[in-house]
Amino acid sequence: MSSHESNYQPTSRFGKWLEERLPVGGLMYGQFIEFPTPRNLNYWWTFGGILMLCLAAQLVTGIVLAMHYQASAAEAFNSVDHIRRNVNYGYMIQAMHAVGASMFFVAVYTHIFRGLYYGSYKAPREILWILGVFIFLAMMATAFMGYALPWGQMSFWGVTVITNLFSSLDSIIPGVGTAVVEWLWGGYSVSGTTLNRFFSLHYLLPFVIVGLVALHVWALHVVGQNNPAGLDIKTKSDSVPMYPYAVAKDVVGMFAFLILFAWFVFFMPDYLGHSDNFTEANPMVTPPHIVPEWYFLPFYAILRAIPSKLGGVVAMFGSIVVLLFVPWLDTARVRSAKYRPIFKWFFWLFVFTCLALGYLGALPAEEPYVTYAQIFTTYYFAFFLIIMPIVGIIETPKKLPGSITEDVLGPGAGKGAGAAVAASPEAR
Amino acid sequence: MIKTLTKSLGLAAVAAMACGLTNSSVHAAEGGTHHIEHQNWSYGGLLGHYDKDQLQRGFRVYKDVCSACHGLKRVYFRNLVEPGGPEFPEESVKALAAEWPNQITDGPNDEGAMFQRPARLSDPILGPYKNDNEARAAQNGALPPDLSLITRARNTHNEARWPLHTLLMARDVFTGYQEGGSNYVYGLLVGYHDTPPDFALADGMNYNTVFPGNQIAMPNVLDGGPVDYADGQENYNGPAASHEQNARDVTAFLAWASDPSLNERKQIGWVVILYLVLTTMLLYFGKRRLWAKFH
Repeated sequence: MSSHESNYQPTSRFGKWLEERLPVGGLMYGQFIEFPTPRNLNYWWTFGGILMLCLAAQLVTGIVLAMHYQASAAEAFNSVDHIRRNVNYGYMIQAMHAVGASMFFVAVYTHIFRGLYYGSYKAPREILWILGVFIFLAMMATAFMGYALPWGQMSFWGVTVITNLFSSLDSIIPGVGTAVVEWLWGGYSVSGTTLNRFFSLHYLLPFVIVGLVALHVWALHVVGQNNPAGLDIKTKSDSVPMYPYAVAKDVVGMFAFLILFAWFVFFMPDYLGHSDNFTEANPMVTPPHIVPEWYFLPFYAILRAIPSKLGGVVAMFGSIVVLLFVPWLDTARVRSAKYRPIFKWFFWLFVFTCLALGYLGALPAEEPYVTYAQIFTTYYFAFFLIIMPIVGIIETPKKLPGSITEDVLGPGAGKGAGAAVAASPEAR
Repeated sequence: MIKTLTKSLGLAAVAAMACGLTNSSVHAAEGGTHHIEHQNWSYGGLLGHYDKDQLQRGFRVYKDVCSACHGLKRVYFRNLVEPGGPEFPEESVKALAAEWPNQITDGPNDEGAMFQRPARLSDPILGPYKNDNEARAAQNGALPPDLSLITRARNTHNEARWPLHTLLMARDVFTGYQEGGSNYVYGLLVGYHDTPPDFALADGMNYNTVFPGNQIAMPNVLDGGPVDYADGQENYNGPAASHEQNARDVTAFLAWASDPSLNERKQIGWVVILYLVLTTMLLYFGKRRLWAKFH
């Protein structure tokens, strides 16, 4: 599985017996206890663990909700209301699941920006990054279908607007778009049939995500973690064993993140959602503004920035597909933006662009917002397609530290004291 | 550590600044151009909880005025007894249910026929209409919505421009304020005004500054404060009835109807947050001690 060999010695007789037949103990010990992690990781690296926690929380709360939820156009809205009012602690479980989706995206966006800043996609981590993009896509699909399930006004009209995007294919081959849309709906309009299949897929996709996450972690454990200096682990003093060191840091991040999570669950469970979703779906009444959940707003802004329907759809999907090519679009010699004086500025401008697109996505599609959205959409794509290749070539990186140990302890360190300490972690 | 502290202090300062901003000008109804005032509610914010007396007064307003047209079908009579709500005595709610004019359709009975019977504690609080079509037929085409989720199904729209918009959001998040729906309902109930001369009001409609489009079928039912709380009580020392007081109380009651677990939720929330903050601190200091030899 990995370049790292395990020194696992089972102590119990059962442990030895099992290890000879299924070496799962040795695998876990090697990958999650002894696994060498760079010693210079900062707290941005705790978001991988935080995302695992988010996924687990969504699975647990989701399975409980599915025990009480009824996926039918007649009863879906009532059953969600019933969960909140009459199921023991149902209001809490439902809020955890709904807020949990938002928190999942808070964490995944942080994780993606961290990867972009520190060049975590660069060789040899291309596959690791691409698997991450697939996880992100699967998350978006899951969240979109999950938002349909309460069958409120925004659920219904959100599904109507987004599934209708595929009808733009009609402008390429007449009839194809309509056929695709009717196939997605399972009829000639969004109906209970659509709701039922979304529920089925909403229950399925999280397990696909679990599988993709397993591959993502596997790939991570083959190539090792990137780090703020963007250097490889070369000597023993460059790394610390995952347990207890990295684990101790990860749990700090997780608990700090849970404070934010609990804040919304207990004090403002409705704040991140839309009030129209407390009105039951009604195909005869269109809400004045149809907006997606906040985490889709940047992509919604890109969709609406392009004057043609097909063009908007292509740009929206393109804004995610472009991420797949980032490992080859970035031509820089170093990984971390810490040592890239020019790229750093473009990176922060990109972060601002994403936030601005999110802000514009919530506003009505009228002037001057459309023009702003077009400017930011242009920068979004220019960042990947123009800035990444060109800046990497023209920029002179700052001097890198000699090693990960030097990154922590300063120049010249790592030959003596650092190595001795890491070799005997028990010594103080 | 110091850096993080300065950062969080900076954030707190920004939030505090936003709190000080007058914001009556920035919460406007969706579709309308008129302002909805930001109100203080006993249940708003981090320490908020329902005021039992206010919910009881609000229920009286609902029963005496609103229930003539609006149902409350997701709320059950038993909920009126439960903790965290109006907490009426069980016996009086049983009597109330039995006398509720909108009876429960039950059946089929032994002869196979559906029949009407008085409500019990376990029954929903129904409005006068069996379905939307009956309601529209009786109300000149207008549909009085069920009020069970009304304060969660409405909201005010933050129309401030960036960056004030973002600061107001930060203020709401820091103070745990999500009572836009209550502000809207209260604003609507007190939002009736004389029709401006240049406004074309349709037949049978009323001018309301908060309702989207500014014309609403519902008349100004709380004009003059029709529900006299002191009525029939010798030692009444609560607030006097007025248009605003009736509106405020019934809004609070409807907020409870929409979100009956708020009291319990916020109480548990404090325990959870306290636990998480302490644990995070312990874990942080543990981590620092563990890592001390690596720095």
